[in-house]
Amino acid sequence: MDQVISALDPFTGFIYPNEYHLQWELLIVLYPYLTGLVAGAFILASLERVFQVKALLPVYRLALLSALAFLMVAPLPLMSHLGHPERALEMLATPHTTSAMAMFGFVYAWYLMVVLLVEIWFDYRADIVHLSNSTKGVFKYVYKVLTLGATDVSPKALDFDDKAGKLITIIGIPSAFMLHGYVGFIFGSIKANPWWSSVLMPIVFLFSAIVSGMAAVLLIYMVTCMIRWKPIDMSCVNKLSEFLIYAMLVDFTLEFLDFIHRLYESEESIHILGQLIADRLFLSLVILQVLIGGLLPLFGLVMGRFGKLPDELRRMVYFISCVLIQVGIFSMRWNVVIGGQMFSKSLRGLTVYKVHMLGFEGLFAAIGFLILPLIILTVLVKLLPPWVDKHSEKAAA
Amino acid sequence: MISEKEKNQNSEENVSEKTESKKGFGRREFLDAFLKAIPAGMTLLTFGSWNNKLHAQTPDDTKTSRPPTDENNYAMAVDISKCIGCGRCANACKLENHVPIGPHTMRTWVERYVIPSEGEVVVDSPNGGIDGFPDQQLDAHILRTFYVPKLCNHCANPPCVQVCPVGATFQTKDGVVLVDEKYCVGCRYCIQACPYGARYMHPEKNVADKCTFCYHRISKGMLPACVEVCPTQARVFGDLKKRSSPIHHFLRFNPIRTLKPELNTRPKVFYANADQEVR
Amino acid sequence: MKTGKVPQQLVVLGCIAAVVVIGFFTMRALLIPKSFGKYGHYRADAIEDVRALPISYAGVSACAECHDEVVKKKATGFHRNVSCEVCHGPAANHIEDPTAIKPPAPRLREGCPLCHNYNPSRPTGFPQIITVQHNPGKPCMTCHNPHDPVPPVTPKECSACHRSIWNQKSVSHHAPLECTTCHTVPKEHFKNPRLNVVGKPTNNEFRGKCHSKDGQPGKELLDLSKVAPKIEMLHAGRYRCWDCHYPHSPEGRQ
Repeated sequence: MDQVISALDPFTGFIYPNEYHLQWELLIVLYPYLTGLVAGAFILASLERVFQVKALLPVYRLALLSALAFLMVAPLPLMSHLGHPERALEMLATPHTTSAMAMFGFVYAWYLMVVLLVEIWFDYRADIVHLSNSTKGVFKYVYKVLTLGATDVSPKALDFDDKAGKLITIIGIPSAFMLHGYVGFIFGSIKANPWWSSVLMPIVFLFSAIVSGMAAVLLIYMVTCMIRWKPIDMSCVNKLSEFLIYAMLVDFTLEFLDFIHRLYESEESIHILGQLIADRLFLSLVILQVLIGGLLPLFGLVMGRFGKLPDELRRMVYFISCVLIQVGIFSMRWNVVIGGQMFSKSLRGLTVYKVHMLGFEGLFAAIGFLILPLIILTVLVKLLPPWVDKHSEKAAA
Repeated sequence: MISEKEKNQNSEENVSEKTESKKGFGRREFLDAFLKAIPAGMTLLTFGSWNNKLHAQTPDDTKTSRPPTDENNYAMAVDISKCIGCGRCANACKLENHVPIGPHTMRTWVERYVIPSEGEVVVDSPNGGIDGFPDQQLDAHILRTFYVPKLCNHCANPPCVQVCPVGATFQTKDGVVLVDEKYCVGCRYCIQACPYGARYMHPEKNVADKCTFCYHRISKGMLPACVEVCPTQARVFGDLKKRSSPIHHFLRFNPIRTLKPELNTRPKVFYANADQEVR
Repeated sequence: MKTGKVPQQLVVLGCIAAVVVIGFFTMRALLIPKSFGKYGHYRADAIEDVRALPISYAGVSACAECHDEVVKKKATGFHRNVSCEVCHGPAANHIEDPTAIKPPAPRLREGCPLCHNYNPSRPTGFPQIITVQHNPGKPCMTCHNPHDPVPPVTPKECSACHRSIWNQKSVSHHAPLECTTCHTVPKEHFKNPRLNVVGKPTNNEFRGKCHSKDGQPGKELLDLSKVAPKIEMLHAGRYRCWDCHYPHSPEGRQ
């Protein structure tokens, strides 16, 4: 009923004149969502590589490629929401050291070029050299370029690849933490906005990123297995969902702590934030983020992992839970980004947000940006097959 | 605030003009007729002083104009008890600075506060107050009601400047926060960081835009447009570094508060007689 | 690696890294504007860009150059602080070309109500009218010279400037009382109200005239005081009456 009333009377109370238009729209919801998937997928990969969780081997390379695909798309929504995208390089030319956003270019470049690309290259180099010899036509040349001229596949060289890859993964873990923790800091450091301003914001973002990234890789793995008519490695999926449960518990605890803290401190803004949750964010926060996207999949995963279920049902439960987790984490990004702009900084009123359909910042563009990484991933997978069953000799080694 | 050289020029020309008006050109009709009769060159001569002041934007003049220094620190003060809510300031700002017409792009605006004896405070600002304020029908008994003009606070510790990723918004040495519209990437982070809602996205230029304290005017020794047109002197503009500035008198004799002081933005728009409900 | 030979992979990556770094610094060198960083982390030329913006409002001193008569007249009137361009609009272009461009002069009722239409949020003492009742349809200029807006007759009604208070009083139990029953009004108040404020009652005995049992009201209040609620003079204690009761609306919700 509240929703109906607020739809009829979109603006309640007083908002400053300039607050009528929301500044950050759907695309900025996508941006933390996508970088979150990157960070989560990479941390999943590092579990296998650094922490030697061998059960996760089937998804290791898939996780790396997914991270790359999402990372390549992550800056696109940012770019297309700029008022002057042609000036974007200014962020690299004259970065303002006090600005959290200015560091994005550098964190991104570091993560893309020093961590992800190099790691994937070291990991795949032997395969690429092998493929450049065995394929024909255009692909032969593509692989030749991808070797970058380093065609040494002697055991010593392969040993170096392995060590270098491991070293980069170790560097990569704090980098992944930085990449996404920093996204949280962009919001958490805005003292003008009581909904955002919180020290917990970076770490909440980080753990929700890990949750969403792991769930995404699990989904991608299950879907690719179905497409390829290969059996799903149940020990891998079980292990993955176990880690997912732990990450979700931490994430949930942190978000709950943030909520309790705000409620208990009960600052000047609590009144309007209460209205915000009750009136504007009830569906996306309470229903979608907490119930459908949080508690329900957590329950499902616990049942699936620790309950006595047949494998068929277990896979189904995992699959549905992971889809729900994506819904939940996307809602969380929405609630932060859009929710933070739906109340007036005068703390006297609420505004509304209508999603545009067309245009660079519209719904279709957003859907495009969500599909694009999947297309890139398909290309990457075709180019650099991550399947472990084809490389059983590597798995054995 | 006018540079010494300019002042001398002005006074010289003023003298010549006054002598002319003593000869009998004082009356407007007379002057009009006279101006119609004389060639354009003569017109320029007569109004040399104003041309001088108004055309400082010619390239030659700007080259010689003084860079801002920390010898000045501009600030504004607003006396709530004098504001009549006529909205002329918001109107003049739109005209002076070619601010996009419309109620959601405001460099300055006037809010009306109605504080009832019980219940929620009612605040509104229809079209920034430019078209006046309609009558309000409130059931509750009104305790107090008043107007509050709002604008960029030109904070001494500006959060918008802190977050700008490229250095497109900045604080000049004389304490004014400006936007470089040729350099702004339009990321809108500054709009999010401003606690006062003083910034907006310019719909045509696609850059952040805000009050400049009429920097083009004050650097020529003129008053900001909103201060110029305020009929009740509710707005006072001055230089905190100059003891003789009207803002010193204002700060000395009025109980002062700034908006949202808890955020440590250290605003330089000072409010006198502002209610605690103002935020 | 013990052979002392640098692995092939490192050589390749090192070369690429060098290219990227050199490319980055070349890009920076090309992209950074000339004046950037002169005074701080911004383009110094941006200051000149802002300074060079055109001026629309010429300022009152500019008007005084030619229209000295009007300015002189205005200087002593109530509108002495009202800049010419408040009513006549921005006039910088008029100064550039005084003959061709004439600023508008509002002659009907469009401008004045913006300031003088009654609105309770305006500070008390500011002259206000109810536009629809006040000589409807007549241009303001027929009675008031905007450059020296003295009312044709000094308003006897205090409501001309204090309508909020007057409105409140007129629906209260004190409606039959004149303002001057309690306030003394110096003549100068009509000319320079802020410097010559009205007198207010200073002690409880004043109110005791009507509201105590043995009070001695003046002749004109004799009838009214009979229906006034009576209290003991000790009722107030150390307070004065208006510490609790608002005299303009004295129901005093306890």
